[in-house]
Amino acid sequence: MSLSVSLTVNGTVRDVVLDDPRVTLLDLLRERLDLTGTKKGCDRGQCGACTVLVDGRRINSCLALAVSHDGADVLTIEGLAQGDELHPVQAAFIAHDGFQCGFCTPGQIMSAVGLIQEGQTGDDPERVREGMSGNLCRCGAYAGITEGVIAAQRILAGQNLAEQNLAELERKQVV
Amino acid sequence: MNIFDFVKPATITDAVAAASEPGAAYLAAGTNLLDLMKGGITRPTRLVDVNHLPGLDRIEHLPDGGVRIGSLVRNADLAHDLDFARRFPAVAEALLSGASPQLRNAATAGGNLLQRTRCAYFYDVASACNKRHPGSGCDARGGENRLHAVLGWSEDCIATHPSDFCVPLVALDAVVEIEGRAGRRELPLESFHRLPGNTPEHESALEPGELIVALRLPGDAAGFSAHARYLKVRERTSYAFAVVSAAAALKLDGGTIGEARIALGGVALKPWRCRAAEEALAGAVPGAGVFRAAAEAALGDARPSGDNAFKIELARRVVTRALTLAAAGTPERVAALPASPFASGTASGSGVHPHV
Ligand SMILES: Cc1cc2nc3c(=O)[nH]c(=O)nc-3n(C[C@H](O)[C@H](O)[C@H](O)COP(=O)(O)OP(=O)(O)OC[C@H]3O[C@@H](n4cnc5c(N)ncnc54)[C@H](O)[C@@H]3O)c2cc1C
Ligand code: SF4
Ligand code: FES
Ligand code: FES
Repeated sequence: MSLSVSLTVNGTVRDVVLDDPRVTLLDLLRERLDLTGTKKGCDRGQCGACTVLVDGRRINSCLALAVSHDGADVLTIEGLAQGDELHPVQAAFIAHDGFQCGFCTPGQIMSAVGLIQEGQTGDDPERVREGMSGNLCRCGAYAGITEGVIAAQRILAGQNLAEQNLAELERKQVV
Repeated sequence: MNIFDFVKPATITDAVAAASEPGAAYLAAGTNLLDLMKGGITRPTRLVDVNHLPGLDRIEHLPDGGVRIGSLVRNADLAHDLDFARRFPAVAEALLSGASPQLRNAATAGGNLLQRTRCAYFYDVASACNKRHPGSGCDARGGENRLHAVLGWSEDCIATHPSDFCVPLVALDAVVEIEGRAGRRELPLESFHRLPGNTPEHESALEPGELIVALRLPGDAAGFSAHARYLKVRERTSYAFAVVSAAAALKLDGGTIGEARIALGGVALKPWRCRAAEEALAGAVPGAGVFRAAAEAALGDARPSGDNAFKIELARRVVTRALTLAAAGTPERVAALPASPFASGTASGSGVHPHV
């Protein structure tokens, strides 16, 4: 059986012919598109290493069938930085020691990007920890992860505010 | 994972026809089904993808104050719908205590109802399991069974149903809307899941090919919104299934309880409505003694199925605490640690350390 899917991955349309419907979104990214930044930890929805954004929402790509996501817009860790400029969440993980071995890190970072967009936690570390509970870290870098997420959230909120102010000024034709 | 045929029907009628073939299974998000297929526990020969069926992803607020939840509504979207959470706070709290944010973003309302047990022997294809392989025996009997059922179990199966969502739903008289080849029918959620008896492989009232299209909560259920809680005891603070959980909802008339609703999770192969406990509370003045008596009534028929006698007393305490929390009033916002006994503000008295 031949099945084809068309996905937008990190802004580029990718058409993939699958010879098998069993391919998960995780395996498609890693094995077919060579995007190995997304990690396979448990492969069963228990660790979060495979977290990516699909249509703007964080999900576990190991429990998503690729054929069921035809037409989806996927963002992976490879699509986060703008050229050499790291995404604020990436920069904050470095600044706050949010990792040790780094295996869980792409999933942690994608999950943090999703969490910040969901906008449910504010600066409350307990809510951030709960909101990141779907991502396990074998090295136990949790303290730095929580700090990094809160710091990145502040920076992104500031950027949003700056963009809104600029848009407002443009609307009023000040600039 | 076995090979299967994949179909993506465009209409509900086509989906029902495609799923009525022997060996077919519906695929929603796949967060339970794919896990089971990877382990070789279920081996469907055809997957019928329901994700693109029209009209099933809506939350409709009904004129009577109730709500209709399409079967494809994602768990996170329902929990974060402000109108829904305000009217049915215990349901939102239960949803937010389940799985992880990623899983809740994907998991659907219909899939949550039909998720399978987490019994480790069911998951291990080398073990005997009457549910997975009828007639093979039950390795949970005499095995690791601390977390198994204390209500409604049979000699053939002592597993529990793992859903959090279903617990407040069954307390609040939710109805399941089902579409099959013969048309549409509906069923109270309370009679949707089956107890194991001597056919533990038959888990729900669905006939082959039947599709859950929606769940409904009646307007009357919103009448509990001021005093409704979900409490879930886990072996770690979050991202874990319930050892025991309880939904408690009260209507308070002046100084007395007008009506009470109680259901338990993690104790049986279905979400367990505790009608005897509800009756014990009706007309009573809320207080510690009354709540403990209701908890005794709730667990009246309980008996251990293995090394799990502790769950009976734990469940009594969870019911007592959930009632105490409900009587104190639904908080403005779901706690940082949803449904957790360790959440701030869930201690049963001021200054009391939150132990169950
Ligand atoms: C690591 C992990 C932790 C979890 N923790 C919790 C927890 O704490 N609490 C909790 O409640 N749940 C928990 N879950 C379970 C999770 O909630 C379920 O996997 C999820 O709700 C299933 O929804 P789905 O859309 O992915 O269903 P699927 O996996 O797609 O389907 C599940 C079953 O339902 C059937 N089905 C789906 N939709 C329909 C329909 N409309 N009509 C008829 N049949 C249908 C499928 O055929 C399948 O048999 C956890 C899961 C994982 C992987
Ligand atoms: S308790 Fe039920 S699910 Fe678990 S091994 Fe026994 S028969 Fe199977
Ligand atoms: S690899 Fe997907 S959750 Fe672990
Ligand atoms: S940094 Fe090593 S697993 Fe998280």
